[in-house]
Amino acid sequence: MSNYLSIIDKERKEMLDAIGVAKCSNLYADIPVSLRNKQFKLESGKSQQQVYDEMKDYASENVVFDTVMRGAGAYDHYIPSVVKNLSSRSEFLTAYTPYQAEMSQGILQSIFEFQSMICSLTGMEVANASVYDGSSAAAEAAFMCVEKERRTILVPENVKPQTIEVLRTYLRRRNITIKVLTEKDGFIKNGKVCSDAIKDAINAEAACLYFEQPNYYGLIEDAEFLCEAAHSAGTKVIMGCNPMTLALLKSPGECGADIAVGDAQPFGLSLSFGGPYLGFMATHVTKDTMRRMPGRIVGQTVDGKGNRCFVLTLQGREQHIRREKALSNICSNQAHCALVASMYLSAMGKEGLKEVATACTSLAHYAAAKFTEGKATLKYDNTLGVEFFHEFVTVTPTKADKIVDKCAKMGILAGLPIGSNEILWCMTEKVRVSEIDKVAEIMRRA
Amino acid sequence: MKLIFERSRSGLRCATIRPLEAPVFTLEQKYLRSELALPEVAEVDLVRHYTELSHNAFGVDSGFYPLGSCTMKYNPKLNEEVAAFDGFTHTHPLQEKETVQGNLHLMNDLASSLMELTGMDGMTLQPCAGAHGEFTGLLLIAAYHESRRDSKRTKILVPDTAHGTNPASAAMAGFEVVNIKSNEEKGVDLDDLRSKVGKDTAALMLTNPSTLGLFEKNIEEISKIVHDAGGLLYYDGANLNAIMGIVRPGDMGFDVVHLNLHKTFSTPHGGGGPGSGPVGCKAPLVKFLPFPSVVVDKKGRYEFTHGKENKDSIGKVSAFYGNFGVMVKALAYIKTLGSDGIKESAEHAVLNANYMKAKLQDIYPTESHRYCMHEFVIDLQKLKSETGVSAKDVAKAMIDRGMHPPTMYFPHIPGVIDEALMIEPTETENKETLDKAIEVLRELYETAHTDPKYLLDTPHNTPIGRPDEVAAARNPIVKYDL
Repeated sequence: MSNYLSIIDKERKEMLDAIGVAKCSNLYADIPVSLRNKQFKLESGKSQQQVYDEMKDYASENVVFDTVMRGAGAYDHYIPSVVKNLSSRSEFLTAYTPYQAEMSQGILQSIFEFQSMICSLTGMEVANASVYDGSSAAAEAAFMCVEKERRTILVPENVKPQTIEVLRTYLRRRNITIKVLTEKDGFIKNGKVCSDAIKDAINAEAACLYFEQPNYYGLIEDAEFLCEAAHSAGTKVIMGCNPMTLALLKSPGECGADIAVGDAQPFGLSLSFGGPYLGFMATHVTKDTMRRMPGRIVGQTVDGKGNRCFVLTLQGREQHIRREKALSNICSNQAHCALVASMYLSAMGKEGLKEVATACTSLAHYAAAKFTEGKATLKYDNTLGVEFFHEFVTVTPTKADKIVDKCAKMGILAGLPIGSNEILWCMTEKVRVSEIDKVAEIMRRA
Repeated sequence: MKLIFERSRSGLRCATIRPLEAPVFTLEQKYLRSELALPEVAEVDLVRHYTELSHNAFGVDSGFYPLGSCTMKYNPKLNEEVAAFDGFTHTHPLQEKETVQGNLHLMNDLASSLMELTGMDGMTLQPCAGAHGEFTGLLLIAAYHESRRDSKRTKILVPDTAHGTNPASAAMAGFEVVNIKSNEEKGVDLDDLRSKVGKDTAALMLTNPSTLGLFEKNIEEISKIVHDAGGLLYYDGANLNAIMGIVRPGDMGFDVVHLNLHKTFSTPHGGGGPGSGPVGCKAPLVKFLPFPSVVVDKKGRYEFTHGKENKDSIGKVSAFYGNFGVMVKALAYIKTLGSDGIKESAEHAVLNANYMKAKLQDIYPTESHRYCMHEFVIDLQKLKSETGVSAKDVAKAMIDRGMHPPTMYFPHIPGVIDEALMIEPTETENKETLDKAIEVLRELYETAHTDPKYLLDTPHNTPIGRPDEVAAARNPIVKYDL
């Protein structure tokens, strides 16, 4: 019923006459008639108002929780109004990749600013314009590390399960082996990667070690030791980071990692049922790292009059030039998400971001203490010499599902059950202490 | 324009959060970073900064954007509003399935609609962009041959007019790439195809209509040649906009299809993403689709496949389910247009392209004896040899006239098409806009002959002139030192 055309019958007639055909369907002469106009089941078009109502119906079939205590790769942070408002400007939203620099300086500069902020957070020297999400960033980074003789990727099993799944999919047809370092084999102790054990696993075939900071259980890894252990055998290190934690934690650059990746969804992007999110990648500048980096990179240059300007650069790496010799096929990425993240980081600023991260870790430590006042315990606690950031795991005599149900009745999305009696909780600055206290009451009786 | 960092002044604050309600927890010093450099600006500075950037950007809302192969159609506002419903944006990807029935329902409905439109038996929404979809589709093809223990099928055939992503995706999926020549009509050269197809062929990747905007007339014969050799046929959906609702890839013989929701189904391109690249396939390949898929149980409840149902799957290609927010917009579009509107849109995309072509082809050579589909390619080789004015010069001059240039130098077949401009007006442009663009291109042709020097350093009316790209690549400056 509705359409987005802008044409009246008189104009259509004039255009058809100019072409020399009687009707539009005549333009399809090249399509064999036998293939055309097969029946397919699709409803007729509807008015905009009807579509609005129908979409509202889908949305209302979901339960929206006022309080979210679940993370595990998707984080519910406060999004400032100014970010929502500015990012919806249609010049940003309805533009394509900035191929024509002269009319796209706004977009190019916003990407350059994003790259700069990611470099600052990660302590690296070059970042790309984004990739799809944190897990594909990990896979693309693995491609960067693989060499002829080094084709094994070491991944401890305490990273997010979805990262391992995506790594497997990406690498399995490339003659690259993923060696998962398990707790059973002694690579994980008290929830953390054991750097002494890592030394034993590393050999001349190991292209890189990938680990996450914080890891899946929310624990802070001894990143410097892990980097040192890997480098002792010439193995590179990819550090997968929750970038929000980098407001406080040592940057991957400081820790000695070769490549930093992660998902910048916590920077102003809503949960949105898992996407669109924002994969980022950053590395040091050495002879070939920049040329092995996948995706778009924006560089600074000058025009004929010496004005500073920005362009897509080092395009010789990319698929449209190198075709099958390109290191990656990525072209469109998550540019608008990167814009949102830059706006978020600028809105929060240096002090604001630290305050958000401090609130996350403070509320999480408050919650962890409250939740374990009864029979519940922390699976990994400070007595084991480990520290968490804003996610932690509880063990309860009561089944995890029951606790989740009880929380749901109070409008709270509890942590994620990761075992029949284990829950992975996450606290962000959005969670109120009064809600934590309510859950603490449930946990006391669990 | 100042960088945000150059607007920064120490001590300024913009967004703020509520005072901490719990005691401050301080992590051990050994974990902490020494310093953090980020901009410090007031809210008004931030707003002025990004508003200035937006004034130096050009979107479909700003004007004509005939960027070939990218389908820069109008992005409806309704879709933006519904995708921003709290009921969608505030759902966690790992919520219990009972609490996200609406999302699963929506994904199921979108996948079904896309299956109907493409003539496929299965569909995944997980890939985040077209290239991501290509990679996924090729993994399906690899899994299919592997499951039949047909392990010698190591090659993917790709026409020389294909998008660069096709060969790049094939290489990423562990295949070798074999290029197929184009015939005189700029379609697949059947003899070359016959000589290259064989027991080592995994699939032929084809964009139809092709990147020249021409429908592959021999599609039935091509399908037969590839299938007789035991290979599969892959459909690059970049150009589906021309034929949606008219002819379906599944009916043409394609086994695997990827779509671009950000092209064909009107979701905004966002300056380079987020997109969405669903992949559909015929029945024998469905079990290999990425997990999880949405299924409906007997009581009409939606859930994700798990456990045994996923045992043949190629695995996950995204951390969660893909770019869900983009899917919402695409479904709103499909519901608005419906079966009739979708067909009507395709026809008008083709009408607009043919109208422009008819009005330009006397001076700008193109494949003139056939109707084009949603786009057409003009070759400026002759103009360049006569006047020295290149495709790039003409493109840059269009910027001065308030329109985005067409795609430049693609497709590129050395010696055949060297100075390409690929024009895709899309269906949402009106006749007045097309007439203006025609007038501009005709004027530029005149100027190329009368005052070529003027065109060599266009654009003249933009905030910057042509950037020095060589310097940018030779001495890369890729970040501001905070």
